[in-house]
Amino acid sequence: MDQQQFQKIIDDKNPKVPYFMNILKAFIVGGIICTIGQLITFFYMRFFPFTEGTASNPTVATLVFIAMLLTGTGLYKKIAQFGGAGSAVPVTGFGNAVISAAIEHKSEGYVLGVGGNMFKLAGSVILFGVLSAFVVALIKTILVNLGVVSW
Amino acid sequence: MVNTFGTLQFTSKICIANTGTVVGPVEKDSPFADSFDEVLSLETEKEETNEQANTRMIEKACHWAAKKNHTQVDKVDVLIGGDLINQLSPTNFAARSLAIPFLGVFSACASSMESVILGCLLLESGNAKTVLAGASSHHQAVERQFRYPLQYGTQKPKTSQWTVTGAGFSLLEKDLKNTPVVTHATIGKVVDSFQTNPLHMGAAMASAARDTIERHLTNTNSKMTDFDVIMTGDLGNIGISILKEMFQDENTGVILQDAGAQFYGDDKFFNAGASGAGCSAVVFFSQIYEQLKKGAFKRVLLVATGALLSPLTFQQGETIPCIAHAIECRMEKRG
Repeated sequence: MDQQQFQKIIDDKNPKVPYFMNILKAFIVGGIICTIGQLITFFYMRFFPFTEGTASNPTVATLVFIAMLLTGTGLYKKIAQFGGAGSAVPVTGFGNAVISAAIEHKSEGYVLGVGGNMFKLAGSVILFGVLSAFVVALIKTILVNLGVVSW
Repeated sequence: MVNTFGTLQFTSKICIANTGTVVGPVEKDSPFADSFDEVLSLETEKEETNEQANTRMIEKACHWAAKKNHTQVDKVDVLIGGDLINQLSPTNFAARSLAIPFLGVFSACASSMESVILGCLLLESGNAKTVLAGASSHHQAVERQFRYPLQYGTQKPKTSQWTVTGAGFSLLEKDLKNTPVVTHATIGKVVDSFQTNPLHMGAAMASAARDTIERHLTNTNSKMTDFDVIMTGDLGNIGISILKEMFQDENTGVILQDAGAQFYGDDKFFNAGASGAGCSAVVFFSQIYEQLKKGAFKRVLLVATGALLSPLTFQQGETIPCIAHAIECRMEKRG
């Protein structure tokens, strides 16, 4: 049996990835997380002296805190199996990546274990997040200076 | 011993005198659970780390195999074993406390049968009288090394498999009565079918299993129907259906089975089924061994399959080479 025949058998037997259902589930889960985030923002604006611009910082911190509780109790993993990208893309997914790595590497001590590995998964989110923010800001600066758009 | 293109025929009567199997708490719902010697109540079994728990399971499985044979582990000549963790540390550490001459082996999830083959060779050559051979794996330790942190939220595809927490060891001796005999063994080749998805290892391992089974049948001049069961280690639901398709033999239906596909029953939570060196070890050394001993099975071929990838090779874009080692066990008529 040659490689082509073999590959054909594998392709035949491979289960179809339910793209549509995955997208729908991701939309629902991601949507729910973001709605909760929006409610938290309103909460900080209503009961604390935050504006729409400054309320995002405590909102992110609160969401990461909730993600920490859900990760520690093993619930986030279950939500992720259902929600896929819907639970990975919001800031709670970032929190989960940091916290799960921290829990995992506790066995090697706090400095080399937790400290050294906490950003193992989330490190690339930070790197490429900062990089893409820089590039977007650069493009906007150029466009503003050319008079195409305004701040 | 006669060697025909990698198939060994043992001239002396090498018996599997007894076995010991220990599994984790998740595995207690397995259809094989009744045959296991011990089910741990915690995944970490009172230890601080998963790796230590893996070590403890190996020690327990070895003690079970020896105890059932009314002997002590320290009376055994050689221990042969392997696991999936870097540098085989769980097995090395277990060998430290068991304190008998030790050979560590690695061929991923095929380590279980590689150990047995080496054990048979030691007995055949007369260089040992008793050998403990087997393998183990620990779900949490493996997840961390090969995949993501345990609590990291990622969606697992339907092709993914769940590594078994379990250790299975067998005690090999010569010339016993009423015990299964290892008559042949086929040493696997490293086969690469150019698969790259580490979450679909059944597809990668199927061609290695096919190569070993086919060589074994040819070299021993037998056909599939001569066996009561030909059982692969951890191809999973999808992998075993690929393997059956590859043989294009109508007899594959009942005879060709997979321990990984059956290990967790029909539970969808485990996706394509079980995997791990412990999967083939605990199934072969529990229920299959019992069936042989009872005489329900007369002749079986046990094929442990292993995917020889590491997180490093996969990230560097290498394909997944695989290997499958097989042993043939027979049960003579009782009496």
